[in-house]
Formats: sequence, C-alpha cells, structure tokens
Amino acid sequence: MAQASTTLGLMFILTKLTVVSTMYLLFIQEDKNMKHRVLRLVAVGVAAVLTTFGVAVGNAVAKDKMVIAVPTFLTGGGAPAFGVPARNGTELIIQAINKGQVPAPYNTKGIAGAQVEAIIYDESGGGAKQVTEYRNKVQKLGVDMFAGFVSSGTCAAITPVAEELKTLTVYATCGTPRVFEELDKNPKYVFRTMSHATADGVALAHYVASKYPSANGYTGINQNYAWGQDSWRDFDLAMKVLAPNIKGSDKGQWPKIFAGRYGAEISALLKSPEDLVHTSFWGGDLEAFIFQGLARGLFKKKTFLMSVAGTAAYRLGKKLPAGIVLGSRGPYGIYANQLTDTPMVKWFNNAYVNRYGTQPTQPSYQYAQAILGAKFAYEKAAAANSGKWPSTDQVIAALEGATFQGVATEVRMARSNGHQGVTDHAWGVASFDKELGLPVVSEVMHFKGDCIMPPDGMDSVTWLKGGMKGAKCD
Amino acid sequence: MSADKTIIGVTIAVVLLACANFFIADWIRQIGLLSMAIGSVALGLLVLWRTGLISFGHALFYGFSAYGVALLNYLGVRDAFVLVIVSAAASGLLAWGLGFLVRRYRAIFFALLTMAFSMILYGVLAKTERFGSTDGLNVHPPTFLGYAPVDQAAQITLFLFGLLVIYGLILGVQIYLRSVLGQMTTAVRENEIRVEYLGYSVEHVIHIKYVISGLLAGFGGAIMALAVGQVDPESMAYWTASGEFVFVAILAGTGNVAAPFIGAVAFEVIRHFAWEHGANLWQLIMGGTLLAIIMFVPDGIWSVLQRLVGKKDGVK
Amino acid sequence: MVQLLLGWFDLQLIFTILTDGLIYGSYLFIVAVGMTVIFGVQRVLNVTHGSFYAFGAYLAAYLGGIWYEHELPDFGGFVIIFLAAIVVGVFFGILIERGLLKHLYGKDEHIVVLATFAAFLALEGIGLFIWGTDPYFFYQPQMMLGFVEILGMTYDYYNLSLIVLALIISLSIWYFLSRTIWGRLLQAVIFDREVSQAMGVNVTAVFLGTFILGTTLGALSGAAIAPTISVLPGIGVEVVVLAFAVVVIGGMGSIPGALIGSVLVGVVRAAAIHEFPQAEMFVIYAIMAIVLVFRPEGLFAPPAVRKI
Repeated sequence: MAQASTTLGLMFILTKLTVVSTMYLLFIQEDKNMKHRVLRLVAVGVAAVLTTFGVAVGNAVAKDKMVIAVPTFLTGGGAPAFGVPARNGTELIIQAINKGQVPAPYNTKGIAGAQVEAIIYDESGGGAKQVTEYRNKVQKLGVDMFAGFVSSGTCAAITPVAEELKTLTVYATCGTPRVFEELDKNPKYVFRTMSHATADGVALAHYVASKYPSANGYTGINQNYAWGQDSWRDFDLAMKVLAPNIKGSDKGQWPKIFAGRYGAEISALLKSPEDLVHTSFWGGDLEAFIFQGLARGLFKKKTFLMSVAGTAAYRLGKKLPAGIVLGSRGPYGIYANQLTDTPMVKWFNNAYVNRYGTQPTQPSYQYAQAILGAKFAYEKAAAANSGKWPSTDQVIAALEGATFQGVATEVRMARSNGHQGVTDHAWGVASFDKELGLPVVSEVMHFKGDCIMPPDGMDSVTWLKGGMKGAKCD
Repeated sequence: MSADKTIIGVTIAVVLLACANFFIADWIRQIGLLSMAIGSVALGLLVLWRTGLISFGHALFYGFSAYGVALLNYLGVRDAFVLVIVSAAASGLLAWGLGFLVRRYRAIFFALLTMAFSMILYGVLAKTERFGSTDGLNVHPPTFLGYAPVDQAAQITLFLFGLLVIYGLILGVQIYLRSVLGQMTTAVRENEIRVEYLGYSVEHVIHIKYVISGLLAGFGGAIMALAVGQVDPESMAYWTASGEFVFVAILAGTGNVAAPFIGAVAFEVIRHFAWEHGANLWQLIMGGTLLAIIMFVPDGIWSVLQRLVGKKDGVK
Repeated sequence: MVQLLLGWFDLQLIFTILTDGLIYGSYLFIVAVGMTVIFGVQRVLNVTHGSFYAFGAYLAAYLGGIWYEHELPDFGGFVIIFLAAIVVGVFFGILIERGLLKHLYGKDEHIVVLATFAAFLALEGIGLFIWGTDPYFFYQPQMMLGFVEILGMTYDYYNLSLIVLALIISLSIWYFLSRTIWGRLLQAVIFDREVSQAMGVNVTAVFLGTFILGTTLGALSGAAIAPTISVLPGIGVEVVVLAFAVVVIGGMGSIPGALIGSVLVGVVRAAAIHEFPQAEMFVIYAIMAIVLVFRPEGLFAPPAVRKI
C-alpha cells in the first residue's frame, strides 16, 4: 500500500544525502581555487533544485490511485491512547478496502475503482505546526483529501485553512463544537463524521439523571485545557437542565495536562461532599490518576463518570476500577466490541484482534468511520458522474446531508448544512470479567443522536442554556 | 567598510527573493515565511547575545505579539501593516516594562527569569477561554493597505510584505549595532565594571537591548501569526518554542545580522524533511544536528559560509 | 472571637494541605536533587536530567513488568527500582559526562545548557526507539503497601514513603558532604577548581563521580515515581521544567535550598488545590518568578564573588 511512497521517500533521502555529502566535501576540502568552489556551489544548487523538482513530478497523482492524508498522534502523550489505535484502524480499513474485503455495502475494491494510499502523519506540536504540515500535504504532495484529526485544537486550527486551500477534509474524532458553530458557519470542504463533544456531556447527563437520581451532587477533575474545560462545561450545563436537583460543585479540580501526580487533587476529591465525580481525563493522565486513586481507595468512595475511559479500558484490564461509568464518545470501542453483532463490527473486531493482538478502541472505529464516509461519498459521486472519477465539488455534494453506514453506527450528516454528523451514543458501567479476561460494560443505555445533539442551526451553549429545546428523545 | 557589504548583500538577496517569490512552489514560500518569522526572533536573540545574555523565554514576546495579531483581528483590524506594527510595538512595550526587572540579572539567572515569565504567559493563554485556551485563535488572511488578495496571491503578497519587514529590521539592527550604543554591547560582555567606569550605565545598555530584542521577537510572532493563520499557546509560548529560537541562533551564529535568517531557513528545512520522513525521528534529528553544531561548528553556519568564500576576518 | 478563629481553623484541612504538600514537595525534591547536585558542583544546568528520569522510569517499569508477569515475590519491585536507577545512572552518567560534557567544560554556560538540551532531544528520540509508544505499567509496588487513614483522610504508604526517601537522600548527601573526606574534597572543588587541582585533587574524577551521582539520583526519581504513573513518551519533558523551577527557587545548587523550596512549592500548591483549584497551573511559575525577582540567586545560594 505505502510501497510507492516509501520508495519515493527513500530516493528522496538518498538524493538529499548526496547533496549534503557534496556540501560536506566542499567544506572540508580547503580548495585554494576560488573558481572550483563556485562551480561546486552551482552544482549543489542545481542538484537541490533537481531533486525538489523530481519529487514534485513523482508525486503527481494518477487516476487509478488516490491519496488520503491521515493525521493522528504518532508521538507524545496522545500516541498510545489515540494515535496508535487510530493508525491501526486506518491501516486495517484501507488495506481491506483495496482488497475488497470490507463487508457490504463496502465490498468493492478500492474507492470508486482507485487504489487508496494513506499518508499517516504526526499530529503533535500544536495548531500552528499542524497548519504548516497541512499546507505541505496539499501544496507539495497534492493529496486528494484528509481524513482524521484527534485534537480539537488541531481541528480549530485546520478548519479555515482547509476552506482556503479548497481541500476535502473529514474530521474523524476531534470534538469541539466550535468547528461549525463559530469558525466555519458555512462549511464547504470540511466535514465531521461523528457527533461533537456536546453529545458526550448531554448523553452522560441523561444517564446520570436516570441511573443516579438520588445523588447528592457532582464535582469534577478535568485537565486544564480546551478539551477538559469544554467537557466540564457541557456536562455541567446539561445537568442543570436534566437533573436540576443534583447540584454541581464550583470547586472542581483543574490540574495541568500531563501533570502525572494527583495526590493533592485526590485528597480534595476525598474531602468533597459530592457523590459523583466527572472527568474527561484520557491516556497516561487517566491511567496515572487511576493508579493513584486505587492506592487510596478513591473509587470505592466516589462514583466516577469518565467520558473517555474507553481509550484505557483494555490496557488497564483488571485494574480498571469496577463501577465507573465509562464513555467511549459514542457506541465505539468496548460498546461495539461487546454489544454490537452486525457483520461489519464482527469483521472489524476479528480482523483487528488478529492483526494487532488487542481489542480496537474508539479511535480505531472513528477513523475507519471517516474513511468509510469518504468511500461512500466518492462512490456515490462517481455513480452520479457516470462512473468517471468525480471532482471534489461532486464528492462534497454527495456527502452533504447524506446518511451512510459507519463501522459501528449509522452516520447522518444532518447538522450544519449537512457537514456535521449525528451519531448515537452509549453509556454504561464498567467492570472486569475474569472469565473473558476483558473489561465489560453493563447497565448500558443507548441514546439517539437527535436526543443529545443540538438541533440544526443552533449552537451548543445557547441550546444547553435554553433548556435543550427541540431534542427528540423517545 | 563591511557594514556596506552587509547592507548591499542583504539588499541583493531581498530583491532576488522578491523576484523568486513569483515562481517558487507554495510549500517553499511557506518555508520562507516561517523562516522570516523565526529569523526575526533569532535576530532579537543575536542582539542580546552580543552582550553575553541569552533569553530562554523569547516565546514571551513572540507569543504576545502573535496573540496581539489574533485579538486585533478579532476586533476587525485586517490590515497587515497595522497588525504587525501595533502587535510588535506592544511586545516592545512589554519588554520595556519587564526590562526594569530583568536588566539587573546576568548569565543563567537572566535566562531563567525570562523563561519563568514566558511560562506565566503560557499559563494565562492556556487558561483563558476568551483566547480559545489551548485551542488558540484563528487569524484571517490580512489586507495590505486596502488590497485584499485571495488564494495564491495572498501568500505571494504576504511574502513580499514579510521581506519588506525583515529588510527594515535587518537595516535597523545593523545601524544600531554600528552606533556607539551598539558597540557598547561587546564591552558589556567583556567587562561590565570597566564599562561603568567609562561612564555608561550597563543596566541602561542592557535595557535598550532587551526592548529591541523584544520588539524583534514581536515582529517575528506577528509574521508567524499571519503566515500560519493560527495562534496557540503550545506553538507560541511554551518553553520548547523558546528553545527552538535559541537553537536557530546557535545554528546561525552571531557573526552577521543576516545570519539568523540563514539559520532559520536551515532550521525550517531540517524540520520540514524531518517531519516528512519520520515523525518519530524528528527529535533525534533535531537533537543530533544541534549537538553536531555545538561540537563541530560552534560559531554557526555563518562561520562556515565565511570559510567557504575564503574570508577569514569576520564581522566581530 | 476564639470561636470565630476556631471556625476558621479547620484542623483536618490544614493537616491535609501539609501532608499533600509534603508528599508533592518530596516528589519535587527527589526529581530535582540530581539536577541540583550537578549544578552545584559542575555549574552545568543539565537538561538531560529529564532523560535520566524517563529512562529510570522505563527500565524499572520494563523489568517490573517482566518480574510480575512471572508472579515472582512482590517485594522484588523495590529491588528493581534501585537496580534500574543504578544501571541507568552509571551508564548514562559515564556516557554523557565522558562523551559530551568533558568537551564543553570552560565554555559559555549557555552553550553547555544547549548541548544538554540537544542531548535530551536525541535521547527522547532514542527512548521512543527502544520502548515504543505504548505505556508501561508498574503499579504493583504502590498497590501492595496499602493505605492508612489519618484524621479522616486516606493516604497510601507508597506515596508517604516518598517523604522518607526524600529525607534519606538529603541526609545522606549532607553526611557525605560534611563528614567524609570525599565530601570535603568535593567542597574544595566547588569553592575553587583551579586551586584544588593545584593541591593534587583529581578534579576529573570528582566531576565524573558527581555526574554519576546526579544521573543516578535522576534515574532513581523516575524509577521511584514509575509505580504511580503510566510510563509513556514525553514524561521527561514535564520533569525538566519542574526540576528547573526547584533549582532556581532553592538557589542554584544548594541542597537545603532545594529541599525547602520543594516543600514550599508543594504546600502552596496543595493549598491552591484545596482552596483555589483554578490557580494550580500558575503556582510553581509564580513562586519561581517571585523568588527570582526578590532573591535572584535563589533562597539559599552562596554569595557570588564579583570578579574584575
């Protein structure tokens, strides 16, 4: 799959190495003849220009091959929780698409006949760096589209650039509602194939209202950055509407992201009077917090509502505290693996476990979902284009407002002019099943997308503050 | 005089780049823009470094100015000239205020105090929801004195604008360094007490340098904000950003006012290919390069260039 | 009046803040002491310290994972912590001191900081190669010790034992410096390197020894913290800034300064967490800036001689 790009990359490195070594020779050889040195300089310049030019030619995309750039965290703290499962899910689905192994309705080879090459690259380093990388992928490599992005921060940064560069970009995981509510109110090139983060908080508030109606209050511990702040705000506002008798604390904890040590925070939580604790911790911070909390009996005294604990559940295994309310940002990961038995999920789960030796988690499903969305849109557009390769505008028209089958759930592109997906949600209580040797969920409640997402044209905070009018819950 | 040589050389380079601007690929132009931004900050570090001081917290001014651009943008200001000049001036003002504190410190204390201030800015930015907290803010494409280019023309115009700005910065710094006050720099590094006996206030000299340096970093941050169209605390104000600026300064060497920009291009090119051919390798490549430079070319790329053209006497 | 005062006087809260502060302060001290020692003797602000922390944590977690997988006796985890620290400390101590710093003594101190920053970046990359991106767990030592309830607040013995570890480290260093012949030689070198050399002190050996001590302490901090965290890429970066701050607050190389500075930061931070949780993020930098403004040489730095 990535063979072409690897060969190209190797050639590129080799030529660059040649250039560099020429320059090196130039430096160490103390040639007295000025003319020789100038000649060599010119040679180096020509070589550099040629290699650059060569790559530009080499990367021209043929009609029988399409290139999807897939950004996710390959380094740093986000890699184990999001990047690696996302990359694995992407590799798996793309290989299967190219071989025509994905179950119906996606059992044709390639995307609209084209073989797919994925350029999976690192999403680390902050918004500004990512914008630069994005431009490179478009302007230098000429990719057909993007599918991916984990971090809300990156999505917020990329959105205007994607519109500026007129490049189809499908967000797979990132949560912030700001993308279409504030940054890009009339999107054209940007899509998101899952519900945004407000849905997590609302669904969780529904769950708490029906399962813990007599709780005496809730507090929180969230990382002090955009994701943590937004997660708490949405949950807090939704609770005020759905369970006004359960009071929220204003002394929630806000440790720095990647702080790693939570001793004093745990003391403060132990001292707090509230029964429930909301947290949007993920990855290493979540795991460290769980180890330190377990050592002090924290999870026996409080009921934890963990909105992204699905990313750590399988890794923690028997150390996953029993009785926590576990979220997977939708019916992905553990909810799909354990509860969904469609041929699609069965195939995905089996193929993933066989290939990687571990269960797929939410990012695996979400990235595969975004790529299936692309396959759906390109093929629908090609069909409307009498089988010819569609233009980006035609693909956009095909995806706008459409409904397609993801891996674990149906995706309706039903908000923000048909660019924002609406997907269902599930919440339940986690425990470790000794016989299976896997964590499992019980007491599961499912929520319809229209019940937990603001109606079309309304922004999340206004909707939550206005009492969540227009939500369709059966 | 070598000052003339520098100015002539820079002028020729700027004219050539301005012409090349219309023919180069978009991604190369982007590298150029980023290099201008980082180069300006490194130029600011060069001004301080000539006094023997290194700031480990120049991301403070860089980030402050970048956020200045984003916030002015939010208020409806779109003109590149206004955005860049006002934001950079605000950075200079901040440097002037902080200068009263930091000018008393030397060596590693100076470096660490500046770092502490930049980390406080990072904390404030990451915490304030109005500034988008860690997500940061978008910056709309700017206009240029009423001219509002779109698409490729926008980048081309921005590149010309950037060239104009850094040309001004390089000239200004060159003239300053040639002035008596500028020449005091090296004297301060060599022996402060003797400078005091000559009747100059060392703290005053350092304060002025600090303001100029903050101003230059401010210009860099503003250009970066316009070039990238996005500001965020991690890229703009975290200590690793300051580390990169020092990296560029070391890479470049302090030999000449043009050196920081050459260093910045080298840095951006290394980073570009490091990211492309192995994201999980880039730290190794960066670290390895920096180590190699410190060990083998301690005076930076500039000294290599000088050796290359066979010129032994550098501008000291 | 007394009643009112007593109302304000929440014994449990004060106790909790002090204990949390002490634990966090001990953590800071353990993490920063290696950097302090090296700075104190060699005047090298060693950013590679973060790598030693990370490698210590990784090696301990890696060995611990194998150990517990084979269901070997629980206490082995504690042996592994010290073993990992010594292996990493000696190996990297010799590697960095002989391979890198040796060539840089006498150069501008900024250049030396940058060289260690470069080595830190490179080691981060190498760490990623060796250990991969998946986290390593080594929670068993923390879990097996259990917890205790004091004044209605539960604390686990493992984290409380960090206080003891911090005390042992600081007492040993104090004893070594002031009660042994080696310590006195070291002090002579700190005071005046040239004169000590002239008097026949083998400064090269002293520097190497100090550096290995510093790296071992850095690796020990990582190995000792590993059971409480998830060991994954990037843990070293966070630690560098914390250790920096402690070294600055304490007074650039002063061990008692580092100890008191750590506890100060720990207690203020704990108070913030209990009373003003939003302020947690700023505490350490705010203290660092305040100390730098009012006592730029740190709380407990020896006065510097001004040379003409």
